[in-house]
Amino acid sequence: MKAYLAILSSRFLALLQYRAAAIAGVGTQLFFGLVRVMIFDGFYRSSSGPQPMTYDQVVTYIWLGQAMLALTLLAVDNDVAVMIRTGNVAYEMTRPVDLYAFWFARALSGRAAPLVMRAIPIFIIAGLFLGLQPPVSLRAGLMFIVSAFGGLLMASSLVALTTISLLWTISGEGLNRLALPLIFFFSGIGIPLPFFPDWSQPLVAALPFRGLIDTPFRIYLGHLSGQAATAAVLSQLAWIMALVIIGRVTLARGLRKLVVQGG
Amino acid sequence: MLLDSIKLYCRYVDISLRSQMQYRASFLIRTLAHFLITGAEFLGFVALFQRFGQIKGWTLPQMGLLYGIISVAFAIAEAVARGFDIFPTLIKAGDFDRVLLRPRSAAFQVLSQELQLMRIGRLAQGLIVLFWSAEQLDVHWTFANATLLSLAIVGGACLFSGLFVLQATICFWTTESLEIVNCTTYGGVEAAQFPLTIYRPWFRAIFTFVIPLAAINYFPAHAILNLRDVLGSTPLIQWLSPLTGVLFLVVCLQFWRFGVKHYTSTGS
Repeated sequence: MKAYLAILSSRFLALLQYRAAAIAGVGTQLFFGLVRVMIFDGFYRSSSGPQPMTYDQVVTYIWLGQAMLALTLLAVDNDVAVMIRTGNVAYEMTRPVDLYAFWFARALSGRAAPLVMRAIPIFIIAGLFLGLQPPVSLRAGLMFIVSAFGGLLMASSLVALTTISLLWTISGEGLNRLALPLIFFFSGIGIPLPFFPDWSQPLVAALPFRGLIDTPFRIYLGHLSGQAATAAVLSQLAWIMALVIIGRVTLARGLRKLVVQGG
Repeated sequence: MLLDSIKLYCRYVDISLRSQMQYRASFLIRTLAHFLITGAEFLGFVALFQRFGQIKGWTLPQMGLLYGIISVAFAIAEAVARGFDIFPTLIKAGDFDRVLLRPRSAAFQVLSQELQLMRIGRLAQGLIVLFWSAEQLDVHWTFANATLLSLAIVGGACLFSGLFVLQATICFWTTESLEIVNCTTYGGVEAAQFPLTIYRPWFRAIFTFVIPLAAINYFPAHAILNLRDVLGSTPLIQWLSPLTGVLFLVVCLQFWRFGVKHYTSTGS
């Protein structure tokens, strides 16, 4: 366990060095968030019909999305990609660690660092000036933290899975590229999931991607509460476990067929 | 001289395309991913229009016209002006010194570096939306308004290319590419997909007078749709406005020349 915590914290600290990039990113995200807010403002001013969320809830959802964007941008672990391409992945197999846990820890730090660096300034700025509201209750706030951590684990398990898929595709393309549009659409980062047509809601709920950000956000807003909230968090947990198991099985298979190309 | 340049450009493009085709599977996947992600975004808007009906009086096909013009124009600019987009790598590696030694203008060489073909993913998606809207709209298509539509797209492609040139020019001083400029390119695309009237006045002013995206789709769309502009533009402005994009590119290229004069090599 110590080895994994060590890689987690050392990678996390290394990634925290990219602060200038993060600050620039915050500016861009504030801009995009502002555009989104104004678009929804335009829609709400154009119709008085009942909507699945109130305007204030949408604004908060948008800012939470900008703050926690890192959970939906799932890039493969570049260092591992290079290792696979060059054949250095062979060294990884000689380490006295569980390779899945090792790569998972790398993926976790790779998501956590940009998340922390971008989330904190956006929470402060959007909270003070741009209409981000506090969680609806203390209980919702605590449950949000649990569920957001679940989103982080889910993002990491998806990154681990796409990284493992490189054992087959080598070039670093493929699964990851095609996963991005899916995640964009079904995580809620594009359009908040409650706005999807009613007939599509069972499908949206059946997919894992809502666990990335939609579940924590709706708990925060009180849009999911009580039993519905508990059920959503449990489904999130079940998906994380499933993704970890799928990742482990795929990794075992990939390593069995792995042919290192020398060099 | 011009013919010669065109020939040379074609040769550069040929090389660029062939190198992209070396990774055919990768190319196809990236193109498909572009198509899917822009398509997913538009489907999201469709869902919003189903819930809200319209936005400030604009229906989905009307907004589709705005969206289509901007998407197609941006896809063209991304493909053609990609060389300026990857310009920071030239500066950082010191390779720009070599460009300056060759007997062609720097802008020409940077432009010819790459024609990025995978942008046809976005292009195809934008065209689908555009044709769908054109068919849904109650517009009598004539030679005149079809020409205006094409000019709007060309003007938009020029404007976005100008922004890429601008972003590259800043690198002469900063070496790094500034992520904040993406607010004007990607952010501009995002904002201009919707009618400008939904935005706050200060925001609208930026995209009308500083980065004149309004001239690319908002004003021409009024002429095409035969709508009265609540912002008060006259038909003359609406018909001439796409030229603003060309003008913008010319100004950006002037700034680029100024930047080239001030270039000092990183020496690496």
